[in-house]
Amino acid sequence: MGLFDKLHKINDKYKGTKLAPLFNGFHTFLFTPNEVTHGGTHVKAADDLKRTMNTVIMSLVPCLIFGMFNAGYQHYLALGDIEAVEGFFSAAFWSWDNLVMGIIKVLPLVIVSYVVGLAIEFLFAVIKGHEIEEGYLVTGMLVPLIVPVDLPLWMLAVAVAFGVVIGKEVFGGTGMNILNPALTIRAFLFFAYPTWMSGDKVWVHGAVENAQQMAAGKNVDAISGETILGSLAQGHEVHYSVADMFFGFIPGSIGETSTLLIALAALFLIFSKIGSWRIMFSAVVGALVMGLIFNSVVDAGWITEGSKFYTLMSTEFWHHLLIGGFAFGVVFMATDPVTASQTNKGKWIYGFLIGFISILIRVFNPAYPEGVMLAILLMNVFAPTIDHYVVQGNVKKRMKRLKAKTA
Amino acid sequence: MSNDIKIKKGLDIKLVGEAEKSTENAASSAIYTIRPEDFHGILPRLIAKEGTKVKAGETIFFNKNIEEMKFVSPVAGEVVAVERGERRRIMAVRIKADAQQETVDHGALNVASADAETIKTRLLASGGWVFIKQRPYDVIANPEKTPKAIFVSGYASAPLAADYDYVLQGKEKQMQAAIDALSKLTTGKVHVSVGSAKSPMANLTGVAIHKVSGPHPVGNVGTQINKIDPVNKGETVWTITPQDLVILGDLFLTGKFNPERIIALAGSEVKKPRYFKTKIGADVASVIYNEGVTKGANVRVISGNVLTGRKVSAENGSLDYYNNMITVIPEGNHYELFGWNKPITDKVSTSRAMTFSWLSPNKKYKLSTNTNGEHRAFVLTGIYEEVFPLDMFPMQVLKSCMYKDLDEMEALGMYEVAPEDFALTEFVCVSKQPHQQIIREGLDLMIKEIG
Repeated sequence: MGLFDKLHKINDKYKGTKLAPLFNGFHTFLFTPNEVTHGGTHVKAADDLKRTMNTVIMSLVPCLIFGMFNAGYQHYLALGDIEAVEGFFSAAFWSWDNLVMGIIKVLPLVIVSYVVGLAIEFLFAVIKGHEIEEGYLVTGMLVPLIVPVDLPLWMLAVAVAFGVVIGKEVFGGTGMNILNPALTIRAFLFFAYPTWMSGDKVWVHGAVENAQQMAAGKNVDAISGETILGSLAQGHEVHYSVADMFFGFIPGSIGETSTLLIALAALFLIFSKIGSWRIMFSAVVGALVMGLIFNSVVDAGWITEGSKFYTLMSTEFWHHLLIGGFAFGVVFMATDPVTASQTNKGKWIYGFLIGFISILIRVFNPAYPEGVMLAILLMNVFAPTIDHYVVQGNVKKRMKRLKAKTA
Repeated sequence: MSNDIKIKKGLDIKLVGEAEKSTENAASSAIYTIRPEDFHGILPRLIAKEGTKVKAGETIFFNKNIEEMKFVSPVAGEVVAVERGERRRIMAVRIKADAQQETVDHGALNVASADAETIKTRLLASGGWVFIKQRPYDVIANPEKTPKAIFVSGYASAPLAADYDYVLQGKEKQMQAAIDALSKLTTGKVHVSVGSAKSPMANLTGVAIHKVSGPHPVGNVGTQINKIDPVNKGETVWTITPQDLVILGDLFLTGKFNPERIIALAGSEVKKPRYFKTKIGADVASVIYNEGVTKGANVRVISGNVLTGRKVSAENGSLDYYNNMITVIPEGNHYELFGWNKPITDKVSTSRAMTFSWLSPNKKYKLSTNTNGEHRAFVLTGIYEEVFPLDMFPMQVLKSCMYKDLDEMEALGMYEVAPEDFALTEFVCVSKQPHQQIIREGLDLMIKEIG
């Protein structure tokens, strides 16, 4: 334990200094502190915020790994080097080539996200003299999973800096923010660099480069990297099977494609009681309801095949759960406890509306055929209002009790 | 049996070291201590200065704001020390017990014929009044207000709590006398809750008996008030614990202040956890070392239970005025490598985030005082509600206390709560926030601003 004792001493040495949060941040990464209770309860439950955040990160790791394989797979598939795969365990998907390509493309995004975000967190912790809070550990993992694979690293760095400072620190840090930080970062990218966040080129590595070469007059085969939603919005034919969508062999943001793995992560989060099953469940219900409404509008013949909304509206209602970022957003972003509704009843309403509005925006937004990001951000803003009315219900009950007494 | 209370929300924290049902007489304590801090919000005016000889039941100090309210000595002896803190605040009055015990005799009082005013005056003068607490604010009851009901919880659900069914055996007469007297002071009922029909309290007359079942905090009187007859704005209810009913009963029946009570010595660090007969204010050292705690061990001695008790020094700490147990658990002042991400089987958790206490719901744990993490802002939601049976929003109440919005505190139900109602939410809090302290400070603010 000689080495550990030295570590503890180094940490003790910096206690009370400006740099204390920095050393403590690293020290508490290795050890739970020797802090004991004083006043209040003398014993405490085993969970702390680090454990909670760590649970979410663990549930994200399969999505990250799958995302790496898929980045390589989509690239080689578009180049025509490999054939499309069938089953989830196809060797052609889980190949070294795919993984190496994925690591080369995805790992830098993860590193940039963590380095920039944590640096800002540390800076604020030192300046403001509070402990380093764990919130960014999850945000930093989410961000690379919700951006296109070819996003330039400097854009990501700028967006992360913006998102952490404006989305979180100005409100007072973890626990105080109104908008989900990861989605704030994505929204910044989306509005600042729209050409890198949507369209039919950015989702598959190499497609942008390829398009530039074509424009320069070189003789190369065109690579299309259109997402399913993109195709549907443009009225193109979708050449992916439902199994592809479910397993995740489709283009899209890095971590969002595999509904299967996201569903497993959701089960894990619900089982460990870290993620809110109320939000996840009601969001799925909300999306299905909206999908059914659109389907029946088409069935009723109000929208004809000529309409630009026809393809998206006529998409089978339950397919909406499998395509785009819906599943990922609902499981990992909508459930962020800080920005979601905080009351149990509020969570039902909040979740339902996220699902409902996601599909609504998805169908009616011609410029950007995905709605889950905007739906969650919108509901983040309304979550306190929902809570207010739920809490007022309890307040009213109390008032009524008082009135019944005094009357 | 009518009006049963059954709750589902809550958490039983099962700990090692439950007291065995056998009672010993504690070694007599040389020094008895009264700490004004036990009586929250009371400004004491000291009467018995250092060197004064007092009898048992004689006034040590009284309440500056309500001068009739006396606080009396549990033993006959000499006041040997008055310890003061900041701004000369009295921290402790220490009384050296005499070999010959003499007690002030107020004369027996026939509660059946006495009127409310006589009972009240007697209680205030004899030191019995201080055992009656009130909601709102969880302070000693204001004698000028008439409560709409009085609540007695005869079921202790806190971790390792002394079993009332055991310690109250043979005290039925005293409790009945106290109930008879108290019921004259309220316009409403006296509500008594019991765990089962076997309880010595189950056969009290002149009360509404409620059978309660469920996890902790079902035994908290606050939970029972909320389910039976919640406190509204402007209303007052009183609460008293059963062991203090016995003291009041003795006061009426014999005219003497009898501070004797049976306490539990429990906790994983006690070699032979069991019950002791001792007195209020006795040194914990007179109890804990006999087949109990190893001298000099790295332990936390608590007057009370692990959720709401007060940390006391093993050497000169004392049993406080309201508690009937001493808990001894290990101090947790050590580091744990990767404690935040490794699987945990030896600590209690309500989540299943690589914590496995859900696998063995009946396992007894040896918990230390380690906080298991650092203090953070509120982040997780929904976890407090699982262990909070009161019909209100715990997190919103806590936040309203933190930003000191009196209107909101009032609207959200602060009149109904005591800090102890937030002990379980504090236990499970992932952000390690001091819930009970937040509520106490909120209540103090309300006393100051609203009164």
